[in-house]
Amino acid sequence: MAEISSTLLYGAFIIYLFATLFFAMSLSDKKHEKAAHTQKWGKIGFITSCVGFAAQLGYFITRWIASGHAPVSNLFEFTTFFGMMMVLAFIILYAIYRTNGLGVFAMPVALLVIAYASMFPKDISPLIPALQSDWLKIHVTTAALGEGILAISFVSGLIYLIRTVDQSISSKKTMWIEIVLYTLVSVVGFIVISAAFKGLGYEASFEIMNDQNQPEKIVYEMPVIAGPANGEPLDDSFGPVFSTPSWMNGVDASIKLNTFIWSLLSGAVLYGLLRVILRKRIGAALQPKVKIKSELLDEISYRAVAIGFPIFTLGALIFAMIWAQEAWSRFWGWDPKEVWALITFLFYAAYLHFRLSRGWHGEKSAWLCVLGFWIITFNLIAVNLVLVGLHSYA
Amino acid sequence: MDNDVEVLSSMRYEGSARRSQTYNKTFVDHIWNFFSSVRVGVWLIILILVAAAIGTIFPQETFIPPNVDPATHYESEYGTLGLIYYLLGFHNLYGSWWFIILLGMLGVSLIIASLDRGIPLYKALKTQRVTRHDQFMKKQRLFSISKEAELDEIKYTLESLRYKVREENGNLFAEKGRFSRWGAYVNHVGLIIFLLGAMLRFFPGMYVDEILWVREGEKASIPGTKSDEGQYYLENKEFILEMYDKKDKKFNGALSSVNGEVAKNYQSNVTLYKTKPNHTIGEDPELVKVQDGEIRVNEPLKFDSFALYQTDFKLNEFSKMSFELEEKATGKKFGKLTVDLHDPKKKYDLSNGYKVEIEEYFPNFILNEQNQPSTINNLPDNPAFVFSMYSPKTPKGEKAFVGIQKNIEAGENQFKMSFAGIETKDLTALTVKKDHTLWIIALGGIIFMIGVTQGLYWNYRRIWIKQNQDGVWAAAHTNKNWYGLKKDLDFLVDKTGITPLVEKETDPK
Ligand code: HEM
Repeated sequence: MAEISSTLLYGAFIIYLFATLFFAMSLSDKKHEKAAHTQKWGKIGFITSCVGFAAQLGYFITRWIASGHAPVSNLFEFTTFFGMMMVLAFIILYAIYRTNGLGVFAMPVALLVIAYASMFPKDISPLIPALQSDWLKIHVTTAALGEGILAISFVSGLIYLIRTVDQSISSKKTMWIEIVLYTLVSVVGFIVISAAFKGLGYEASFEIMNDQNQPEKIVYEMPVIAGPANGEPLDDSFGPVFSTPSWMNGVDASIKLNTFIWSLLSGAVLYGLLRVILRKRIGAALQPKVKIKSELLDEISYRAVAIGFPIFTLGALIFAMIWAQEAWSRFWGWDPKEVWALITFLFYAAYLHFRLSRGWHGEKSAWLCVLGFWIITFNLIAVNLVLVGLHSYA
Repeated sequence: MDNDVEVLSSMRYEGSARRSQTYNKTFVDHIWNFFSSVRVGVWLIILILVAAAIGTIFPQETFIPPNVDPATHYESEYGTLGLIYYLLGFHNLYGSWWFIILLGMLGVSLIIASLDRGIPLYKALKTQRVTRHDQFMKKQRLFSISKEAELDEIKYTLESLRYKVREENGNLFAEKGRFSRWGAYVNHVGLIIFLLGAMLRFFPGMYVDEILWVREGEKASIPGTKSDEGQYYLENKEFILEMYDKKDKKFNGALSSVNGEVAKNYQSNVTLYKTKPNHTIGEDPELVKVQDGEIRVNEPLKFDSFALYQTDFKLNEFSKMSFELEEKATGKKFGKLTVDLHDPKKKYDLSNGYKVEIEEYFPNFILNEQNQPSTINNLPDNPAFVFSMYSPKTPKGEKAFVGIQKNIEAGENQFKMSFAGIETKDLTALTVKKDHTLWIIALGGIIFMIGVTQGLYWNYRRIWIKQNQDGVWAAAHTNKNWYGLKKDLDFLVDKTGITPLVEKETDPK
């Protein structure tokens, strides 16, 4: 069962790749937005996305059967599920607005998320008592769906910015667009570099003192830039260049930081290459490709927030509170993960109120959507990395 | 920004008079106007957001180890930044008075802003006219003029789209989804109830939060559960700790990569008792069994308005220690005694003239600063005794200090206490909770969800048709989802042949 499951996931990944390709084909006809051939490729892209989603749903169900619990209990499982919810959110919004351009951007972002997930340990892990609750599955799945839909508002907002920000001159705005794109490229960098060093079988070991003050061996799978806070190298491989600050939490903190640095570095190399090839800013290169009306993009990203906000609230706050009440006897404990869910909630609430005034439609809204997605990913990734709490189980 | 709000929606409040725009004289007016402003509301939201984020940079006081002094902990762990964090009070941010005040201001703002707009809006929407001024029609984002149009057909088509249509002097007014206009107000009410519920927990009596440690095989009174009907008691029959089997092949991969074991289950099997109502304090209570139960993490035991949660445990606490009185020279033993470490007896008679007395008992032995034996607390983690041993040979008694791996005598004794075994017990820790605010908070949450769904998943669409000299005017408005409104209008244009409504440029972009 576990094998069928991973085959299905792999299959879904490949199918999503094709879906992206088909959506890109639909944009290749520059003149006729409504041309039959544009519509045809769009339709094929959409159907392919649905097939991919079905395959990934198959992965989810078979893995559930194999492990005996909903597969949302470690970082690999959760992040994969988040990618799947992004695809679902895209399918819903495409069904409403039928904009092919959205697919060209949304599907790759979902792909990135799933590829990123597959870099974490994929073993089926047992549930500790605190996680043995139906409310956990309900909470995590609903929250992920809400975040998936909010992610589409980011995609749409980003397209809006690429489409409308003046690329003829270099400005703060073009710089920020490049930073966002560079971040996405860094995820690609992370995937490439992890796969590469895994292929090479690179290892460097240290002995450190863990939280119980016991010596423990940790193993890096990439050359060590950020060494552990107080660690003795056990072999004479490269590095470290510097030590991880000691307030970062957990025995793996330095490994995570090291991976992060490598992702940024490889992202920078990839980004640099792209710039050399394109001979202009990436945003400027993308701008002529997107032909969607800016009002429509604004509406899609607002609509995604309008649909996603209640679902996010229900999943990430209300169901979370019910679960916390059952598991820990208190529905709220100011645990960092909880706080960041609240921050996300407040942020989108602020967004909705900003939009009550006209000056905030369009470009400013789009920037807010980008920032909102930054908050969501920060909560998914960085809170587990740097902040302590009950949720850092993954 | 508020000016913009009004521009965008001379529509939003139907041009009706809001208190905040009518009065601007007294102190109360100023307060009212301040809190009714959306700009102020958004600022409050952002301030709370930023404060909440700062509170996660370093762990809050409740998450640092219990035995350290926060005044030095933050500096020693996180350096100067940590010290600043502590000095500014961020280490206890969410309980700080200024954070609570921010939340209170948010609540006030919600109430005032909602009243300020909700009431006039309600009146305005209820008394909408069918025939609107030309200027009003022209100002709408979607507008067209048709040379001629069949009114009945328009009416019929709109009704088929499930609009409510009213007619007046050959003019039409069609609306759909008006209830969604109340969504924001409903959700604000939900938020206010939620905030009130959260504040109520500061009042005594609404809220019990205690911790209860019970040893296996023992009964203890449950704190916070005393009432006129009596007091609850709990017996811990067994505490169970189960670990995952590392050989289980399903989890083999994950389990082999962690050091140590992974817990599978924490469980207390308990029996709940209650005293008779007329029980008087001091007397040994007469307990009536209420129910048996199993408490696991995620599965609390609920009774009355209380709930017991599995919170912690302690394995193998010393409960009884046994000794034998032994004659050193011969190794002969003269009887065995067992000391209950929680309730030691003073004298142990071993018959035939042999007896032992406990002079002093240190449950958790330590040598204090004056180098005197003493005890840290009354948990028997490191028990030690001063025994007096009596025998027919030593009628005056001999003293010995006996602890774990310790046996100190004042002089040369003929007898000694030799260690003869120890019994241990498991303890379970349960959190006792009563929370009369929960239902208020839940109610607030439910109303909030109804409100956001109502306001964000539906929208209020309006279409006006007016017969003028130069033809039939059509104008349309929605509070959100223009795409959906346009689809309705496309359908209408298609069916009735009126001139397609065109969109005014709204944003310069
Ligand atoms: C965390 C707190 C808050 C949440 C979650 C919240 C939520 C919402 C939501 C979901 C809407 C509907 C938006 C839309 O339809 O696009 C809304 C509308 C509104 N909110 Fe809030 N709100 C909050 C706080 C406030 C505060 C403090 C004010 C004070 C000024 C305020 C004033 C308004 C106004 C004036 C509207 C528009 C009402 C209308 O459509 O007539 N809100 N709010």
